[in-house]
Amino acid sequence: MEFLHAFFIAPFVEMVDQPWFLFEVLVGGLSAGVMYSLVALGFVLIFKASGVFNYAQGVMVLFAALNLVGLMEWGVPVWLALILTVIIMIGLAFAVERLVLRKLVNQEPIILFMATIGLAFFLEGFGETIWGSDVRPLDIGIPDDVWFVGDAMLQQSDIFAAVVASFLVTVLALFFHYTRIGRALRAVADDHQAALSIGIPLNHIWIIVWAVAGFVALVAGVMWGARLGVQFSLAIIALKALPVLILGGFTSIPGAIIGGLIIGAGEKVAEVYWGSLFGGAIEEWFAYVVALVFLFFRPQGLFGDKIIERV
Amino acid sequence: MFYREAGVFKTTYSDDMALLPIPLDKFFVLSVIAFMVLVVPFIASEYWLESILIPVLILSLAAIGLNILTGYAGQLSLGTGAFMAAGAYLGYKFVTAFPDINIVVGVLVGGLASAMIGAVFGAPSLRIKGFYLAVTTLAAQFFLIWLFTKQPWFVNYSISGVPTAPPREIFGFLVTGAESNETARYLFVLSFVIVFALIARNLTRGRIGRSWMAIRDMDIAAELIGIKPLQTKLSAFAISSFYCGMAGALWAFCYINIVEPSAFDINRSFQILFMIIIGGLGSILGSFLGAAFIFTLPIFLNNAATGLGLEVSTALIRHVEFMIFGAMIIFFLIVEPHGLARMWSIAKEKLRMWPFPY
Amino acid sequence: MSGVAPVSGQAERIGGELLRVDNVSLSFGGVKALSEISFDIKKGEIRSIIGPNGAGKSSMLNVVNGFYQAQEGSIHYKGVTYAPMRPYIAASNGIARTFQNIALFRGMSTLDNIMTGRVLKMKASLLEQALYMFRGKSEELEHREHVEKVIDFLEIQAIRRTPVGRLPYGLQKRVELGRALAAEPDLLLLDEPMAGMNVEEKEDMSRFIIDVNEQFGTTIALIEHDMSVVMDLSDRVVVLDYGKKLADGTPDEVRGNQDVIDAYLGVTHD
Repeated sequence: MEFLHAFFIAPFVEMVDQPWFLFEVLVGGLSAGVMYSLVALGFVLIFKASGVFNYAQGVMVLFAALNLVGLMEWGVPVWLALILTVIIMIGLAFAVERLVLRKLVNQEPIILFMATIGLAFFLEGFGETIWGSDVRPLDIGIPDDVWFVGDAMLQQSDIFAAVVASFLVTVLALFFHYTRIGRALRAVADDHQAALSIGIPLNHIWIIVWAVAGFVALVAGVMWGARLGVQFSLAIIALKALPVLILGGFTSIPGAIIGGLIIGAGEKVAEVYWGSLFGGAIEEWFAYVVALVFLFFRPQGLFGDKIIERV
Repeated sequence: MFYREAGVFKTTYSDDMALLPIPLDKFFVLSVIAFMVLVVPFIASEYWLESILIPVLILSLAAIGLNILTGYAGQLSLGTGAFMAAGAYLGYKFVTAFPDINIVVGVLVGGLASAMIGAVFGAPSLRIKGFYLAVTTLAAQFFLIWLFTKQPWFVNYSISGVPTAPPREIFGFLVTGAESNETARYLFVLSFVIVFALIARNLTRGRIGRSWMAIRDMDIAAELIGIKPLQTKLSAFAISSFYCGMAGALWAFCYINIVEPSAFDINRSFQILFMIIIGGLGSILGSFLGAAFIFTLPIFLNNAATGLGLEVSTALIRHVEFMIFGAMIIFFLIVEPHGLARMWSIAKEKLRMWPFPY
Repeated sequence: MSGVAPVSGQAERIGGELLRVDNVSLSFGGVKALSEISFDIKKGEIRSIIGPNGAGKSSMLNVVNGFYQAQEGSIHYKGVTYAPMRPYIAASNGIARTFQNIALFRGMSTLDNIMTGRVLKMKASLLEQALYMFRGKSEELEHREHVEKVIDFLEIQAIRRTPVGRLPYGLQKRVELGRALAAEPDLLLLDEPMAGMNVEEKEDMSRFIIDVNEQFGTTIALIEHDMSVVMDLSDRVVVLDYGKKLADGTPDEVRGNQDVIDAYLGVTHD
């Protein structure tokens, strides 16, 4: 009885009692969600264009952030460090295409998936061999004051991250709709043959899409790094993009965004209002279990395409 | 021409379908087993038994488990660590609740408990495939480890949260816990591994193994010839988790001698996945080769570094290790998806021809 | 096709009704793949389903063995009505099939592929299999013996141990037939068994089909594009076009049917 009350009634009473606190929790959760969305976005880009499920996307976030911080520690100015990191990520895209994807063309998706797990380990080891594995603060001038809205306290950096993320999504949307390459990428997602007939080789498309995903990873890395410092746990946090994709569908950019926000807000609210009932730290698994339950009902995700099997 | 099958004529299907149709193979495997049982305990140092052979054997068992699921049935799992944890924790619960029941039963019960949990988390596999499944097994990984860490019931409300393995005897010899003699522990683990490796071999070459592979290679066609997808996938999950659960229980009882969550975190899951990729997907022998390789490489690197007089931090060695593993995974997937086991059989093929290359 | 003897005219070979498709309609999200199709298949006959691409032939077979479930209509098989048929029921009641695009288990050997055809006849418990004892062993041996007969029949002894992914196309088709035959089916559904084959391979395959039908008395439903093959092999032919039944009868009747001629010559539909 006591448990039922604590589970079904008390949390909601608390929410109504202290709406500003709920607001604060929600904003905190949503801003974490924005981060998940950014990582998920990178997944979707690569999956749409090449059918590869890139497990390494999370580690690419860490890798980009490590490079940026490392360069800045050498005394490279922020703007130059950003440019250099972008160049590194483009170089990574070339290397991945040349050394991994090209050799695994026509392999089963599960083999490619495992190859990206290998890539994730390699990148993590590589980045940390060069730059070390200490937790490092990342300061590139993102505002970190707080604003008060009513009784709620909002981190300016959260708001900033949200603005940057929306800007990035808008830019990507424009890129996909109004540039030749963007249109080709969309064509590839629909039909590989059709894309070839536009005259862009598949290899180039892979490089481009991995480079774009690398750029998205950099943005995510900067935002996460500013919040938590650059450290290995970024890669684990970025894994939460996987349940986000289950929710949003593997092929949908809006799905990645909305899925990220739902997961981010959901797990924060669950932790704050229900966590203590179960001994805390339910944030660690909440997203995955939501995805698991979701799979039973709608395996294609909220926005994904329905799968029809043929013989 | 020492190793050959020419001249070996089989007159019955029974001979042809024997576990090891080539006499030399049979001889080789039997001698390896005899060596491991009769000779190793006398020549191996305490360090070798305790720090290398015991963990490699236990990890081989877990790798066989994952290989059944991923290599044979084609269902990717990133939750191996959690299924091992289930075996360790629930085996611990059983062993402490019924202290008089033989420890062998305790390990088996750990396996069975893990099998049931594995089947539950495998249930979505009917409707989803590949990387979708990876996410549900991640759910198992994070949820189960959280459960065992946060709910004190699983460790009998131990104050520290990491109880020590209960000491148990077989034939008057202690085989579990820190007090036990490493040779006894080694033989205990070894006998589990031999028995269950044989069972895995039998299963994978029989009807159920063919059903797993059929589902792996083309699930729709498998269903249309009468293989039930749900039953087949769930059996793969359950049997795989059974192996992992036994391995987890042995890991806690006979190797680290405590029951702790960090032994079964997500890195363990990846470690065992790497073992089967490098050892060979869909090969029992590969599970052993992969386990031995992945477990001993870091030790080798460490020794090599000290041997060369290099001053390197353990952190750096760990990073280099990550790079090597990552690169090897990609290399094997590209060059030899059947892993070390396939390389071994190619070597045998060469040996069969030797000294004439054609 | 001179080597192939005509098989029609052996009335005693053909028995009563084995399967009847009754008013079956199937649609995918509003697109009609089959509308109100009815026909029957008699015990022991070779029944062909022909029609232009997209006529719904494969869909028809998929409804018969339960892979697709028709929204309307039913399947009567061995005196039982199924609305709809389910894959497992079909397989366990003696319906086996091959596929238009080969659906073999690529990672497994020829032997293992054909052994999977026997899966429904194997009853050993998990424990017996684990120990390879009692039925776990005896069953394997007994079914291996039967599978070897299939291998002899199809003349594929030499590729017994080869992983099927490495076999050439024509042999893969043969292995797939072997997997279906291993189930000792009463009704064998063949979806374009000769697609992409050269003349010699087609002759071999035609010979196997006739042998299966004559030696084992297996009823066969066949989809095939090569008209000379269809006309030579079949006892009766159903013609589908745009998901509708256009004609049904002996090869000669069908050949003379004006609708069929129009459909094949591409007369526009109004």
